[in-house]
Amino acid sequence: MKAAVIVFPGSNCDRDVAVALERVAGTKPLMLWHRETEVPSDLDLIVVPGGFSYGDYLRSGAMAAHSPVMAGVKAAADKGVRVLGICNGFQILTESHLLPGALMRNRDLKFICKDVHLTVESADSDFTRGYADGQVVRYPVAHHDGNFFADDETLAAIEDAGQVAFRYCQPDGTVDADANINGSRNNIAGLFNRDRTVLGLMPHPERLIDQHLGGTDGVPMFKSLLEALS
Amino acid sequence: MSEITPEVVAQHGLTDDEYKLVLDIMGREPNLTELGIFSVMWSEHCSYKSSKKWLKTLPTEAPWVICGPGENAGIVDIGEGLAAVFKMESHNHPSFIEPYQGAATGVGGILRDVFTMGARPVANLNALRFGSPDNAKTRHLVAGVVAGIGGYGNCVGVPTIGGETNFHASYNGNILVNAMTVGIAPADKIFYSAAAGIGNPVVYAGSKTGRDGIHGATMASAEFDEKSEEKRPTVQVGDPFTEKLLIEACLELMATDAIVAIQDMGAAGLTSSSFEMASKGGLGVELELDRVPMREEGMTPYELMLSESQERMLMVLKPGKEELAQAIFHKWELDFAVIGHLTETGRMVLKWHGETVGDLPIDPLAQASPEYDRPHEIKRETRGVRANETPEVPWKEALTQLVGCPDLASRRWIWEQYDHMVMGDTVVRPGGDAGVVRIHGTNRGLAATTDCTPRYVQADPVEGGKQAVAEAWRNLTAVGARPLAITDNMNFGNPEKPEIMGQFVGACQGMAEACKALDFPVVSGNVSLYNETAGQPIMPTPAIGAVGLIDDLDRMATVPFKASDEIIVVLGETLGERGSGWIANSLYLRELLGREEGAPPPVDLAHERKVGDFVRGLIGAGSVTACHDVSDGGLMIALAEMAMASGIGFDITCDPGPRHAYLFGEDQGRYIVTVKENDVPAVTGAAEKAGVPVRVLGYTNGDAIVVNGEAGPTVSELRAINERWLPELMSAEVVEPGGVPAE
Repeated sequence: MKAAVIVFPGSNCDRDVAVALERVAGTKPLMLWHRETEVPSDLDLIVVPGGFSYGDYLRSGAMAAHSPVMAGVKAAADKGVRVLGICNGFQILTESHLLPGALMRNRDLKFICKDVHLTVESADSDFTRGYADGQVVRYPVAHHDGNFFADDETLAAIEDAGQVAFRYCQPDGTVDADANINGSRNNIAGLFNRDRTVLGLMPHPERLIDQHLGGTDGVPMFKSLLEALS
Repeated sequence: MSEITPEVVAQHGLTDDEYKLVLDIMGREPNLTELGIFSVMWSEHCSYKSSKKWLKTLPTEAPWVICGPGENAGIVDIGEGLAAVFKMESHNHPSFIEPYQGAATGVGGILRDVFTMGARPVANLNALRFGSPDNAKTRHLVAGVVAGIGGYGNCVGVPTIGGETNFHASYNGNILVNAMTVGIAPADKIFYSAAAGIGNPVVYAGSKTGRDGIHGATMASAEFDEKSEEKRPTVQVGDPFTEKLLIEACLELMATDAIVAIQDMGAAGLTSSSFEMASKGGLGVELELDRVPMREEGMTPYELMLSESQERMLMVLKPGKEELAQAIFHKWELDFAVIGHLTETGRMVLKWHGETVGDLPIDPLAQASPEYDRPHEIKRETRGVRANETPEVPWKEALTQLVGCPDLASRRWIWEQYDHMVMGDTVVRPGGDAGVVRIHGTNRGLAATTDCTPRYVQADPVEGGKQAVAEAWRNLTAVGARPLAITDNMNFGNPEKPEIMGQFVGACQGMAEACKALDFPVVSGNVSLYNETAGQPIMPTPAIGAVGLIDDLDRMATVPFKASDEIIVVLGETLGERGSGWIANSLYLRELLGREEGAPPPVDLAHERKVGDFVRGLIGAGSVTACHDVSDGGLMIALAEMAMASGIGFDITCDPGPRHAYLFGEDQGRYIVTVKENDVPAVTGAAEKAGVPVRVLGYTNGDAIVVNGEAGPTVSELRAINERWLPELMSAEVVEPGGVPAE
């Protein structure tokens, strides 16, 4: 698997996800600076990491979506290169229209950092094959703008196409209002594109990859990718 | 007519005597820019004029100390070629005026102190004190400070792994916001601030200079009054995005050999940084102020020298390295300018479009600032409170009331607003005795904590100072870390009052004793005086930030109980007065009986060390399954915290006698550990052999809490009470002082 991690000014989970990729794949990913106008043609996976790209001083992810490197990422995604956007990366993917919808300020207006439970809505993707359909996983979140919004029509299309990857849930898997930490529509925490070659999610799988950090629920995602793309 | 009238001198916070010294040093009347420079350099904040006599008495050395006080941050050796770099600093006055920006820039400033020395910041902590929960301003301040700390730290991408928060009416008009950063650097590649090399270029990097924060250091050196709100323009505005870029750019440049010396521009901005670099190097400096990157037009030399705009660095480069450095800073889209060079004159010469606008001697100004031996009176409460003469509140009631009281209620509402996991190395998250981060790429860890019990310091500054250091040492020990060193953040009232100065002197005395006995030197620190509003001082608050090392992350301990039917053991002596438990000045006395009185529990430093070393040994040997130190609220609260963190209850037995004192007394130097039943004889045997008082209290048990066979609240009920208080406080309807709900 040849992977690259995009680095924007203000990215701050770029190292974390590179560590996770290296741990699972055994090789360091390429770190791609935001000014690159082209991305290498032999990539299997591009990760758009978490952080505060360009300070998120406009809408979160809005400026990064217009950075030079994102044109290359979009072109690669069109060719079927897998793209994973985590947290700020998810925001950038929606701002880039690689994924539908938008991420608004959390319902309670505060930054939230804690572990949350998620249902894996579909294990039928290169990102989630290591999990089972309906499995409950625990990932940390750390965001201010994770409240997923799409209008009724878009939301229906997302659901009909089976694009929901993860939903916020109770520890026992119940998807309800109490488990919805940030006000996301339909408890959506992560989303595929129609071809399931692009995944964006607010929680951070790269933060739970060894027991010292409190768990390993994030590992299967990186293993799934490694197995699918090697 | 002279522009320097007595009024102008007074506005700059200089006394008549100090101004006479200015005239002596200059040999002439200063111009306004020069006067402004004297004013900030000699402010309490920058000069430590009231405190330095006493700070010098604190122990600062140990074999593992690489750099003690006097640089941007303290540095200790952590083995394997690495060093931990850390410091704590206050941003009290600005945070009261503008809580979000005040707290945010406090975090930014302390981060810069650490990465200036070549360290990558790996953890942030804080120590916060707010006024009474029912004070009209408290919630506004809590919300703003927490959002500001989070807003800055989260964006920069450094995890906030711990801290402490107290509420007390004495902070109604002066909150305390103390921020601490811990970084890791290669031990052989540390950067200092002493300038060297006549002719070497002096360069400026980072944000542009604006008009914000002019005279911030002077403001932080005076008492507040009703007009303090008008000082809002002296509060700086933070830009964490630029700080993140500055960290990356500086660390990238530091990996080359281009830098001779580096200093961040913090309090008193360009003035303080350039003076310190030149003074430490014994050199002079010539600055061309018109070359400083400016945010707005029409700025004057006076404003440029005194601005406290954030996210700026001053460096001395090796000759010929300007282009290399410029390329790195431009890559990170930061301003970069060569603004001067070093000279051999020992003077600071300021040029403005070729014209000299300031010319001052450096050494007398930087080093010969006033030093005062202010009159002081140390008041020490010695009266105890007898346990058998205080009413016994039924333990169940006392327990539920205490876990929900302002000083013990869960701080989750606060730390869930801080990203405490970014960087992927957080091993112990907030809420434990100490936060722990893994040293990246290893199986070792750094533990860090902040501690102080202001009510103890108020009652007896010497014992209170001792206790603050001992508790920090204990919290590091409780996770299994070897305590290395501390940073102190001395928050006090007006030092011109003998009683306040006595609190300061007494606290230093107690801290020095504890540091010496525990081999726990002070390597950095900060003093914040004049924390008074309308004559009302804060409780004396010498906040201690401490760092320890864990050699093997597989051999550490955490607070939660791990399983039912494990044996609960208390290590350390419960002496109290007459063997019953120390109830004087306890939270029990304050929260349940409304009495803030009596001497604080004394710290027997030899006992402290013996018990702590023994506990650390047990943890290192893998003999305990959980560990928690006993502090506020005594044994019962420590047990309840272990239960609430795990969902597992406990069943204990205590002797006849004043049970409330035994359960809630705050005798120092104690730890609770859990041990597997089979290991009990070995643990108690080893304790007895080591001369460590040991006692089996009971066992962990389902989700019930049982004392002497009597069942109390369940763990989940207790947890609900503990978690409820702060969110309820923060979401309650805003009631204005008149009692009418605000719109």
